[in-house]
Amino acid sequence: MNTRTYPREAAAFDAYTRSEIRRAAATGIYDIRGGGAKRRVPNFDDLVFLGASMSRYPLEGYREKCTTEVILGSRFAKKPITLKTPITIAGMSFGSLSAQAKEALGRGASAVGTSTTTGDGGMTPEERGHSETLVYQLLPSRYGMNPDDLRKADAIEIVVGQGAKPGGGGMLLGQKISERVAGMRCLPEGVDQRSACRHPDWTGPDDLEIKIRELREITAWQKPIYVKVGAARPFYDTTLAVKAGADVVVVDGMQGGTAATQEVFIEHVGIPTLAAVREAVRALQELDMHRTVQLIVSGGIRNGADVAKALAMGADAVAIGTAALIALGDNDPKWEDEYQKLGATAGAYDDWHEGQDPAGITTQDPELAKRFDAELGGKRLANYLNVLTMEVQTLARANGKSHIHNLEPEDLAALTVEAAAMAGVPLAGTSWIPGT
Amino acid sequence: MEYDLATQDLSEVNQALQNAEGGKFSLLNPQGKHALACGLMHKNQVSIKGHAGYYVAGMNQNADIVVEGNAGSGCAENMMSGTVTVQGDASQYAGATAHGGLLVIKGSAAARCGISMKGVDIVVGGNVGHMSGFMAQAGRLVVLGDAGADLGDSIYEAKIYVRGTVTSLGADCIEKPMQDSHRAELQGLLDQAGLVAEVNDFKRYGSSRKLYNFNVNHLGEY
Repeated sequence: MNTRTYPREAAAFDAYTRSEIRRAAATGIYDIRGGGAKRRVPNFDDLVFLGASMSRYPLEGYREKCTTEVILGSRFAKKPITLKTPITIAGMSFGSLSAQAKEALGRGASAVGTSTTTGDGGMTPEERGHSETLVYQLLPSRYGMNPDDLRKADAIEIVVGQGAKPGGGGMLLGQKISERVAGMRCLPEGVDQRSACRHPDWTGPDDLEIKIRELREITAWQKPIYVKVGAARPFYDTTLAVKAGADVVVVDGMQGGTAATQEVFIEHVGIPTLAAVREAVRALQELDMHRTVQLIVSGGIRNGADVAKALAMGADAVAIGTAALIALGDNDPKWEDEYQKLGATAGAYDDWHEGQDPAGITTQDPELAKRFDAELGGKRLANYLNVLTMEVQTLARANGKSHIHNLEPEDLAALTVEAAAMAGVPLAGTSWIPGT
Repeated sequence: MEYDLATQDLSEVNQALQNAEGGKFSLLNPQGKHALACGLMHKNQVSIKGHAGYYVAGMNQNADIVVEGNAGSGCAENMMSGTVTVQGDASQYAGATAHGGLLVIKGSAAARCGISMKGVDIVVGGNVGHMSGFMAQAGRLVVLGDAGADLGDSIYEAKIYVRGTVTSLGADCIEKPMQDSHRAELQGLLDQAGLVAEVNDFKRYGSSRKLYNFNVNHLGEY
């Protein structure tokens, strides 16, 4: 008779955890990677739409209109931007991405009538040329920042933080600093380029109000001004952004990606997107600014259901980053052999900062970048964005809405107590909203 | 031509200045207003007859702007070209992230003067506050007085010249020898700024370039 129990791993020390301890012990340095939080956190999958029934009338698919147009920047800007779909492309830098990948993002977004966004490192002619609507980021590093590009932009996004690392700066490692990237950032080639975590010329919301005023003066009050925050204290951050004069607030949850940051930062700082939306909307409602100051939500948006649920909770639009890269071809299984050589596998490759991306997207290596076809990538992204938009329309019609902004919390139920509390909608089958 | 900010709208004045080419302008009664004469694009001469608030001459291109008083935070921030002269003192972040041109502060500048400067030349007649030249990437910062704590912290390729005392140097910033080429460069900057000082009295500071690429053994330096 076997008297031994079956071998059992400790839940606290699973295979991944043990491998990280061994890696740390061998190298003496923390793990840096790209992407957003990988562990499961409460998310939009924890919500469902109720759909129409006896008391709600659905709209006929393919027959009755469900419009998707979104206007951003109507509070102060003389030229608000109009998008045909509520799904925008989030800021990703030239430097972290190849010029071809940036071009593809512009092509794809323009094809469906939405915006794309620059990133740390400035605006490239390829990106401006292929982006019908381009949002120009003003980041703490101010790499590549110049007033000519500011005036060429269709909107300006002041980046206070991002969901992957609220309170953190960034580092583009020397191996990705090509001659062109270095030139745009006014730094030598091959040097690690730190992106500061604080803006160099303002501190706090009172200063930000004056900074926004300066940007409006430089651009003749034409451009919508967004303020982007990582999801940390979304109620207060949204309130203060509105007070500072933002036209649009962008809230990025912890599933939102980054080009490179410490794993411990990505997984342990910030709150999930689901939890952030409700608080940001509550802030806008309490200020009587909901729909006057628009809200863009990002961080882990993958499909039309995520988009529709964010809108139902009160967002005006969403932004996608990681999903857009996957649509372009990032982590495609066709490169599996090469991912294996890099110690990864398709779907888990996240060492974007090393510049060896087999898909040629997150690299400055000209040979790898050549693998990526910007025109084809743009078409793939446009297809994906169209699918998301159609999915949102499908769900909106099922809930009887003729415009996507008519979706509302009343259309939702939560599958978990946590999601019910975070989203402020009832637990399915009950009228219970925890905390109310 | 004169604009009176006591009665005229700031945005209208700024847009007139941005559209002007080759003009000479005086801004009366600035009363510490923010974002004065910012976003100028062309070769114009602008005199601000009094104290200016935040971001005066912000993102300046080509214009020659004089503040006949003190300047608030972020004067000449992200300037690309042209000249900005502050006849009094400047508050914090003077010349922040500026890419080019010449910023002259006849008085003293507060903390973080020249933070993340990317090619501008800054000449300060008096002292500069702590963390001046923080993450300075390119350009030259000249200080005729003293420098506060942590001068040039995390500096890249910018050069710093200081005549007086330096409370302390920041991470990766070291004193470097003054060669004839540096003395000539410094003399040229002083001449451009219209300030008189003996170049042999200055010391030069810059990056030791030890922290340019991350190395775990340098953790204690940060």
